[in-house]
Amino acid sequence: MRSNRFLLAMVASGVLAFGAAACGDDEEESASGATATEEPADSGGGDLSGEIAVDGSSTVAPFAEAAAELFNEENPNVQITVGTSGTGGGFEKFCAGETDISDASRPIADDDEVPVCEENGVEYTEVTVANDGIAVATSKELTVDCMTTAELKKVWNKGSKVASLADVNPDLPDTELSLYGPGTDSGTFDFFTDTINGEEGVSREDYEASEDDNQLVTGVAGDAGGLGYFGFSYFEASADQLNLVGVDSGDGNCVKPSLETIQDGSYKPLSRPIFMYPSTEALGRPEVKAFMDFVTSQAPAIAEAAQIVPLTDEQVTEAQSALEQ
Amino acid sequence: MVRRPSGRSRFEGAIKAILFAAAVVSILTTLAIVFSLLRETIAFLGDVGLADYLFGTKWSPQFAGDQQSFGVLPLIWGTLYLTGIGLLVAIPIGILSGVYLSEFAPRAVRKVVKPVLELLAGVPTIVFGYFALTFFTPEVLRNALGLGVNQFNALSAGLILGILVVPTIATLVEDSMSAVPQSLREGSAGLGANQVQTAIRVVFPAALSGVVAALVLGASRAIGETVIILIAGGQQPRLSVNPYESYQSMAAFIASTSRGDIPTGSIEYETIFVVGMTLFLLTLALNIMSIRLVRKYRQVYE
Amino acid sequence: MAARAARQTVIPKSTGSDRAFSAFFHALMYGAIGISMLALLTLLYDVARDGVPSISWNFITSFPSRIIPESSGIQSALYGTLFLMVVCATIVVPLGIATAIYLEEYADRTRWWNRLVEVNIQNLAAVPSVVYGILGLAFIVRGPISLGRTVLAGGITLALLVLPVVIIVAREAIRAVPPSIREGSLALGATQWQTIWKQVLPGSIAGIATGVILALSRAIGETAPLLVIGAAVNPRFNPDGLGSAFTALPIQIFAWTQDPNREFVDLAAATIVVMMVLLLLMNSLAIFLRNRYEQKW
Repeated sequence: MRSNRFLLAMVASGVLAFGAAACGDDEEESASGATATEEPADSGGGDLSGEIAVDGSSTVAPFAEAAAELFNEENPNVQITVGTSGTGGGFEKFCAGETDISDASRPIADDDEVPVCEENGVEYTEVTVANDGIAVATSKELTVDCMTTAELKKVWNKGSKVASLADVNPDLPDTELSLYGPGTDSGTFDFFTDTINGEEGVSREDYEASEDDNQLVTGVAGDAGGLGYFGFSYFEASADQLNLVGVDSGDGNCVKPSLETIQDGSYKPLSRPIFMYPSTEALGRPEVKAFMDFVTSQAPAIAEAAQIVPLTDEQVTEAQSALEQ
Repeated sequence: MVRRPSGRSRFEGAIKAILFAAAVVSILTTLAIVFSLLRETIAFLGDVGLADYLFGTKWSPQFAGDQQSFGVLPLIWGTLYLTGIGLLVAIPIGILSGVYLSEFAPRAVRKVVKPVLELLAGVPTIVFGYFALTFFTPEVLRNALGLGVNQFNALSAGLILGILVVPTIATLVEDSMSAVPQSLREGSAGLGANQVQTAIRVVFPAALSGVVAALVLGASRAIGETVIILIAGGQQPRLSVNPYESYQSMAAFIASTSRGDIPTGSIEYETIFVVGMTLFLLTLALNIMSIRLVRKYRQVYE
Repeated sequence: MAARAARQTVIPKSTGSDRAFSAFFHALMYGAIGISMLALLTLLYDVARDGVPSISWNFITSFPSRIIPESSGIQSALYGTLFLMVVCATIVVPLGIATAIYLEEYADRTRWWNRLVEVNIQNLAAVPSVVYGILGLAFIVRGPISLGRTVLAGGITLALLVLPVVIIVAREAIRAVPPSIREGSLALGATQWQTIWKQVLPGSIAGIATGVILALSRAIGETAPLLVIGAAVNPRFNPDGLGSAFTALPIQIFAWTQDPNREFVDLAAATIVVMMVLLLLMNSLAIFLRNRYEQKW
């Protein structure tokens, strides 16, 4: 009997001890650092604290996460969460006041997103943070070197029944295609459908859609007929598993995306700048302001860490002045 | 007779009320589940008709305009197809294991096999998902067996789903066969049957309702399983029968769509609930069936 | 002799084909058991092979890094899981035991509402975990309770998920206490509650504790409900209170498993190993408690 009462006490105190131990450690130092390639400039000192909610494009997310990691080295008490609801999903939450910064791989839409923000009194600043290209990739077994935009449209357009590349160009292999692409909340989806299919949102539906670009890469790399499109940084991170397809925009030049071709715009039409939109209200908080200052001043270093195409120097100056206003 | 002071009996009454309130929490949970599912389902069915939902053959809620379609059949089919593949594996292995443990296994072997089954039952499903995607698909299906499956395919997800469900079926089959009275076995042996014949022709039929309950419970578990299919089965709802391709089940759709991100009130938000309601009703029906069957076999022998 | 003769006319002799079939059936059974064991062993071997090399003290104490696998770790996931467990246990232990006591000691089985509670619990135990996630999202994260995507919301959702299991196990433990104990106590003048508090509960606490630990170990491994309510991915901070965003071991595994970078996949395996060790410890504790403190009536 006594041992059982003792056991009861033990169980109860065990639960309490757990709680105490878990709660007591919240002053614990955070990460042993990720080492940056460059030392970040002084970003406001280590006594900033607070939470920053970032959400939106999964293309911009690696940049935002790298920025958060590097920022945390100087400011460990600022908790930054980066979500990937897609550019569209991110703006919905941003204009509802639920997030502080919206990641976007396309500018905010004038027709259906700007009005919502205005209605809810959410003001913002558009900050260009990096450049991106949409890479078209296939698995290593499906050797394609170049496709024209017209051919891409035939594959991806709404109602397309194209089952293999040979259907659009008899010189290309006739392996049955396994298509992968972003979901409809994605800015990458919007941009690709707009530039290739001619209208945003118009696309065939029978492909494996995911907001998780990592899943897309895994899928394309793993299937014999894998073909997909996603942000260039995701290609870079797994370049050894994929085959990069060059894009001919109609002038006979087959251009493959790379740091240079994206920065100078010769990889067309699938190059674009990517953005972060801090809300004016959030910028009023010192931790958010410090974070965005860090982002604009260190944008090229962050982009390199995230394997994203960095801004050119003029773009950096532009971004910093946009933030000043 | 012992007299109790009235203060004490008020205290006792209060205790009983508090305990009853605790018990009511479980009722409230069910009500909350049903209510939250029902509310959005009704909103959804207001926008999309029931016939379009139940009988439509294309599921593409995330697209816009005329490409948007809410026919749930591909999801239901995906669920049933993957469960079917799983049961194809789990039913023979589970039943044979259960029969073995109940009728044939010597005590030394039981001491090894039972813990193995319990260990298998305790492995979290995410581990199975990891195993399916990173080992089973590339090493077993592609390298060893040379099958040309996609990276995300139904065969891998379905087979691993089956392994997940084996312990559920085996344990319940063993329970129900052990419950059959020894007298039946002795009678059968007395008539000259060997052990296998006794097991198959006498004990098994006697435990049949328990065995069926095991299968139904296993099916219900497989139908409700999310992560294995999410990781290894792919995210394409489709109505075909090629196990090399990727499919999507109802549970996987819910988990991949919601992720806490979906804005309340949008049509996508509603789809989580209506699919959730469908899943809930399906597993509810199976669970009620299985509980009835278990009660039946317990009744006969206890 | 007559009996033997009688038997010989009625009972067919064991034929060759009977024996062959028996041998065949035995082979089938061994094959079935063999497949189960092979599956488990292959699974454990694969996970260990991929994961063990990555386990280090650094791994356990670092935060997940998006850009550098070598310095990625599971500190935030471990804290998140521990936090969730504490919240879950705090809710489920009193609620589950109270419900079990009510059903076993007080409830009149002939009343329809008590039978309803029982049937309801049995059904809840078999509802898919993803539906609990939906409940958490609609009711607790948003909806009437509106806690947001916090540790508290996650803990409550997990508590609701495992509550039926705890109730069922606690009931069995309480039921195992013989009626004679209760009758003796009442005969000595104790009230019903005094009997429960001083005789029945202490007598069943070992079984209850075992069940609670097993239920918690189930909650630790659950992925789907946490996905649906929105656990954070790769957070570089520990939850600093009940209202904080959080992640958990299964969520971290989920994210890393799908990364095309093989190094992150190996980290997923390492996290699995850590999680399984945690589960092993909990299950061993449960078995130890059961064996040591189990009351033999």
